[in-house]
Amino acid sequence: MVPTTHYLILGAILFVIGALGVVVKRNMITMFMCVELMLNAVNLTFLAFSRMLGQVDGQIFVFFVMTVAAAEAAVGLSLIVVLSRRRKSLDVDQVDQMKW
Amino acid sequence: MELLTFYCFAVLAVASGLVVVLQRRAVYSALALIVCFGSMAILFFQLGAQFIGAIQIIVYAGAIMVLFLFVVMLLDPQTELFGRNQLKGLTAVGIPLALLFFIVLASRIEQTVPGQPGSTGVSLVGNTKQIAQLLFKDYLLPFELTSILILIAVIGAVVLAKRPE
Repeated sequence: MVPTTHYLILGAILFVIGALGVVVKRNMITMFMCVELMLNAVNLTFLAFSRMLGQVDGQIFVFFVMTVAAAEAAVGLSLIVVLSRRRKSLDVDQVDQMKW
Repeated sequence: MELLTFYCFAVLAVASGLVVVLQRRAVYSALALIVCFGSMAILFFQLGAQFIGAIQIIVYAGAIMVLFLFVVMLLDPQTELFGRNQLKGLTAVGIPLALLFFIVLASRIEQTVPGQPGSTGVSLVGNTKQIAQLLFKDYLLPFELTSILILIAVIGAVVLAKRPE
């Protein structure tokens, strides 16, 4: 059986990759994808702890995280579509005003 | 054998995650993210979470990533390529910060997990029934609230993406 620590380390690596992407990338869609990657890393951690503790509650939490991620993706992507229509660009540095 | 599977798919997940970050074109990032989610679904299966693994493939790799690809292809391909960013030193600062973040996280992991896990109560044959019972008894209210959340998200997406007359 693979020790829980391995899963946690993998989750940490993926989370850090996602965080790095959010900081470094300037493309709105790619940043959003990196957020999804971070969410998935947290899901992996949840499942690893769920197996370690022998409880399925962790899997229920992952289920909820996934539903919220789906809702977030729908709203976020439509926001991106609206923004890119108005600004003609996907660069986050271009979006520095609250109103225009 | 189990460890070998873990390492294969862990390396695949990390590699495709790096491709997501390093790739310039958003289409390739999205495709790499699908690979990453797929290999993580295998790891979920290995952790005894068959239901979550299936949901991962259907909802994440299937629905959400198709939505992403759709938006990437809907928007002008010219806009997804911009070489220079305005903050030049961002990458140089970001990578050391990310490494530092990882070191902090990893050191906490060593302190958090008390030794090796023993035999677990989660059955390896399938616990979908267990999940369903928990979801529809103890977590019934959050489950129903989730459906309202999804409804709000759908309405919001439609209202936002509607082309102004």
